[in-house]
Amino acid sequence: MAILVDRDTRVLVQGITGRAGTFYTDQATRYGSTYVAGVRPGRGGSRHLDLPVFDTVAEAVKETGANASLVIVPAPNAADAMIEAVEAKLGVVVCVTERVAQHEMARVKRALAGSKTVIIGPNSQGILTPEQCKIGVMPTRDAKPGRIGIASRSASLTSEVLANCSAAGLGQSTTVGIGGDAIHGIGFVGCLERFRDDPETDAVVLIGEIGGGEEEKAADYLASVEYGKPVVALVVGRHAPKGRRMGHAGTLSVFGLETAGEKATKLKRAGALLADDASEVVKTVLKALG
Amino acid sequence: MLLSEYKAKEILRQYGLPIPPGRLARTADEAEAACAGLPAKKFVVKAQIAAGGRGLAGGIRFAATPSSVREEAARLLGSKLVTDQTGPEGEAVNSVYIEPALDLKHQYFVAFALDPDSGEPMLIASSEGGVEFEQRVRMDASAVKTCLVGDDVAADSAPLAAFLDEIGIDAAKTADVLLAARRAFIEYDMTLLEVNPFAVTREGDWFALDAKMAIDANAMYRHPELESLAAEQKLAAAESEAQRSNINFVKLDGNIGVIVNGAGLGLATNDMIVDANGKPANFMDIRTTATSFDIARGVEILLKDPQVRAILLNVHGGGMTVCDTVAEGVAFAYARSDRKLPVAARLAGQNAEWGLRILKDRKVPAKVYGDMKSAVLGAVEMARGGAR
Repeated sequence: MAILVDRDTRVLVQGITGRAGTFYTDQATRYGSTYVAGVRPGRGGSRHLDLPVFDTVAEAVKETGANASLVIVPAPNAADAMIEAVEAKLGVVVCVTERVAQHEMARVKRALAGSKTVIIGPNSQGILTPEQCKIGVMPTRDAKPGRIGIASRSASLTSEVLANCSAAGLGQSTTVGIGGDAIHGIGFVGCLERFRDDPETDAVVLIGEIGGGEEEKAADYLASVEYGKPVVALVVGRHAPKGRRMGHAGTLSVFGLETAGEKATKLKRAGALLADDASEVVKTVLKALG
Repeated sequence: MLLSEYKAKEILRQYGLPIPPGRLARTADEAEAACAGLPAKKFVVKAQIAAGGRGLAGGIRFAATPSSVREEAARLLGSKLVTDQTGPEGEAVNSVYIEPALDLKHQYFVAFALDPDSGEPMLIASSEGGVEFEQRVRMDASAVKTCLVGDDVAADSAPLAAFLDEIGIDAAKTADVLLAARRAFIEYDMTLLEVNPFAVTREGDWFALDAKMAIDANAMYRHPELESLAAEQKLAAAESEAQRSNINFVKLDGNIGVIVNGAGLGLATNDMIVDANGKPANFMDIRTTATSFDIARGVEILLKDPQVRAILLNVHGGGMTVCDTVAEGVAFAYARSDRKLPVAARLAGQNAEWGLRILKDRKVPAKVYGDMKSAVLGAVEMARGGAR
């Protein structure tokens, strides 16, 4: 069943005619996902990669029945693109664009108030339900269909963990990259809630890191419910110097708990099983599943 | 982009925030001369660096007379302040800011940041402020209280007044000032505006005594007026060179040079190194837009660092950065360098086999490992054995 996206997801691409838009649309359709349209203001009526191109998201939705979007546009245009997709009431909007300004993303969050749209990202590798739907820029060669849900703040570490899982026979129901930015769409809690409701997910892997408040919110959520499935957490950056930005904008948070050690402790207290390092994730999942 | 105090204050002054008169000085002579223009009996001499933690590191000195201002300035200028936010190299003090030392009744902490859930600006405040509080607030989120201050919040807003009242801040005297600060926070695309201390004098006047302002580097495209400030930002040499090459680089004080694609994998790698009793020389995150030439420059920074004794190459080729691009970069750098440090290499994911062949064909002195942990252990061992 998977979460958020599956073989019924119909994807449109905002920014389809760009170099990256072209490349990743091509990759995703080759992987077997259903891509139905592209949006590029001024290019409406043309075709690209054999898909119809529209001037606006609303037109594309009306003509093709698209229900999800991949936003792959330059950073200064990303917020407007996401807001357009929210206004067109798409179910899932994935933004892979890096370096979106915080106040721009704040504008998107305000536009989301009262909306049912789920935004994934920005600065996310996207979402993948193996052999059903890929919306994003992640590699697919190591992904296998299965019953492990993964939610992660880091693309590179997800590739590592996912490859280890697949090699050990642990396929994935869905993998969600929530993105490396301080202000973003869906968080760990949104992923955890959906994985909990998904009968085809047996266990969840959370890949967190220093900074931000995602791990704390996940811990509060886990402590507040009877989750019913094992949650394995890896929180990296235990030995990173404090107060310095380590790659992701989200890793330099402003206030409060932010060290990896404290985050891990909180998750553990809430019932999550900790993987000490990246190589321990598979072992921890296997142990939890008995 | 973190602004020095005096630049942050220049901006806040334009928004009408109450800022004490101050003078910037680049020499001890200038510092002493600056006192003549200030209405003060006592002075404070503040090192201008673009990093927090300055007070605890001795970067803020009080002086009773212009001649002791001169002495304190002489001591600070040209020195390096190492705070918990500067990294081990510290940051050089090239200028000091001289202000009157005010007779304070109480110090508060106020700051603005964006609420990650609602996207609204958020006022963060505490009834305590000052140098030590800066440390505490980073450890303990419960030390501060927060209040959303979106567009609909005006100076006469009852919830804002109630919030300030609870902290102990006089809303009648400060609500205007704080909303002006909110406007600066939004219009300058700040990710953080911290006024600590926000203080009241015995006479009942409120002042923003210090200001820490972080401007979003990702929003610089709409702030051409800040370009000159950005140019003056002094990143450590290695870090700015890497930045230009699409690599996020943070210098650390160890001896294992680390080449990794991606921030999360980079953090995970450094964790594993430290757990294995090794010491990483850096944190590296190769951005997805980096070419092999960019990566070569990142590798050269490590090869040039005399402290580095071994290289750990840990790549998980993804959808955007593939292994052969990184291997090419390493091979370029090694071909151009006389210092052939041993490499512990682990390549996995997209185009891993191709990347390994490049390392072998170009005679990079790499020992290849099948998984991340054994490569980390290999690098720790190599660093112990010393450079060849």
